[in-house]
Amino acid sequence: MGQGSRARILIGKAGLDGHDRGVKIVARALRDAGFEVIYTGLHNTPEAIVETALQEDVDAVGLSILSGAHNYIFPEVVRLLEEKGIGGVTVFGGGIIPKEDVDYLKTKGVKALFEPGVSTDEIINWVKENVTPKAL
Amino acid sequence: MSVDENEIERLRKARERWEKDYGSAPKREADFTTISGMEVPPLSTPLDLNGFDYESRLGFPGSYPYTRGIHNSMYRGRLWTMRQFAGFGTPEDTNRRFKYLMEHGQTGLSTAFDMPTLMGYDCDHERSRGEVGKEGVSVSSLADMEVLFDGIDLEKVTTSMTINCSASIIFAMYLVMAEKKGVSWRKLRGTLQNDMLKEFIAQREWISPPEPSVKITVDIIEFCAKEVPQWHPVSVSGYHIREAGSTAVQELAFTLADGIAYVEEGVKRGLDVDDFAPRLSFFFNVHNDFLEEIAKYRAARRMWAKIMRERFGARSPKSLMLKTHAQTAGASLTAQQPINNVARVTIQALAAVLGGTQSLHTNSMDETLALPTEESVTVALRTQQIIAEESGVVNTIDPFGGSYVMELLTDRIENEAFAYINKIDEMGGIFRAIETGYPQKEIADAAYKYQRELDTGLKTIVGVNKYNTEGEVTIPTLKIEERVETGQIEKLRELKRKRNNKVVRAKLSDIVTAARNGDNLMPSIVDAVREYATLGEICDIFREVYGVYRDPGYF
Repeated sequence: MGQGSRARILIGKAGLDGHDRGVKIVARALRDAGFEVIYTGLHNTPEAIVETALQEDVDAVGLSILSGAHNYIFPEVVRLLEEKGIGGVTVFGGGIIPKEDVDYLKTKGVKALFEPGVSTDEIINWVKENVTPKAL
Repeated sequence: MSVDENEIERLRKARERWEKDYGSAPKREADFTTISGMEVPPLSTPLDLNGFDYESRLGFPGSYPYTRGIHNSMYRGRLWTMRQFAGFGTPEDTNRRFKYLMEHGQTGLSTAFDMPTLMGYDCDHERSRGEVGKEGVSVSSLADMEVLFDGIDLEKVTTSMTINCSASIIFAMYLVMAEKKGVSWRKLRGTLQNDMLKEFIAQREWISPPEPSVKITVDIIEFCAKEVPQWHPVSVSGYHIREAGSTAVQELAFTLADGIAYVEEGVKRGLDVDDFAPRLSFFFNVHNDFLEEIAKYRAARRMWAKIMRERFGARSPKSLMLKTHAQTAGASLTAQQPINNVARVTIQALAAVLGGTQSLHTNSMDETLALPTEESVTVALRTQQIIAEESGVVNTIDPFGGSYVMELLTDRIENEAFAYINKIDEMGGIFRAIETGYPQKEIADAAYKYQRELDTGLKTIVGVNKYNTEGEVTIPTLKIEERVETGQIEKLRELKRKRNNKVVRAKLSDIVTAARNGDNLMPSIVDAVREYATLGEICDIFREVYGVYRDPGYF
């Protein structure tokens, strides 16, 4: 993390998927690790996610999708972030995402996708290394 | 289990000797608590059960307090129903899977709907983009329901449908579909999940706030008591509470607290408790911790029997019996080394059977990666058949009954779960508890604690935080093609062109009137779906009249 500044991370659920055990654990773990975490709650549209990202001036957006809708939602969020002029925000995520879809989503601008069973430490370390807070 | 004074003294001395040696014996560096963090003694003896009264604590199968099972002959009379939860893609896809499972010895149907259907949106709604047919079967209208059950004899099969905030509509479609096949509603047997309280606690599929949501749940209970008497209108579900990360005790306590609320609401509606309580059923998770799980099922039956008799004054034995479905724990499955999941599912399924379940779904090894393939679901079904027909555990009823440690755990789980229920009562009941986020936060805390135990290696998941191997084992997974979404949307548009839209509008407006008047919604919903009003159109009425619930986002 940068000197004295804390990265702001939007942790979100998009689509109709209600599985929120993992996302809440990740949100809490990141908060406990010292990040500023904004959790969206459930059932957001990609538009609402991006709107919140803009308003909260976040450095990264992490999405959890376990409903199979990942190939639509992730690219849509990346596209909308760019459209709003905040394409520099790091997008990552996790959920039930088959290997070939992980490869596809990485070509669409998703920086990392964590699979089930990953430790929270691994996610925290990745965020520390890959998300830089904006200079104050 | 009563032991005379001299014998107790002798045992106590013997145990002291054993304890002394045990204290100095080397022990493995391991955590000896259950997966829920409950202490388990290294050894139990008759001393742990001193004063244990067999008749009041256990009794006989088929009699109060039903600890040993709700049926007199249990699996000697009839095996549990083997009921694999199935649904994906189009109604045609799922209809084929249903028939495949029946051909392979499955004895009941269980329907998984996709997220749009579960959340009350038609397949052509903007919010359904990317989700149609992905996590279950897509059903937007009666036309889809007709295809889903095409060629299936509704008089012979029992059908379970996992559907909650839109349950009234899906159930109405099932009823009209049956009616069109010439099957009387009075002959239909099956279960609707229809448990809205656990949606707010854990599963999180909702449209409107808790009160109107539960109002519709009770409409269905009331409607079934009068019109569809063999149907189970609610399956009070702990499954999702556990999947969300609760402990075994929390799962049991919050589920029974929900059950209490439904009975209270039914009674408030003016129903006699014995007229609807016999049709309530339950649905519990069955996780890896073998002894804890068996104890949980035994405690559940004893607690519900007490609650129904003492709290509600139920007289019919059927009101006192906790009938339950069990499903192995999805959250326990691992994406790493997925074939290991077959072993986990076997242990869990065995616990459900030793716990005396009435029906069982065994998860497939690939469910942490995708919906199951035909091959993997066959292995899961065969696992049940091996337990039923090879293992021998079905030969005697409640084989763990009388085991010192099993009775100790059963008592402890009961006591701890009742402590939670008392706390919820003190808060003013489960509605109030949900409003303050109490059960939600308790579950989130337990889930976080368990995750930290995994991260630090205190608890083990084989192949994930221990015994990991380099190089991934891959197994084939089921893919849902995009054509499902486009095909379903086309079919729905065609339907909307062809149906009598004037009649549909009139029927929809009858639902609005019933909702505004506080009437039972079921009759008007049945009439509307008969004219092919869609699921989304009716849920829009709920959104309009009752408002929309927003996730408070506790974490």
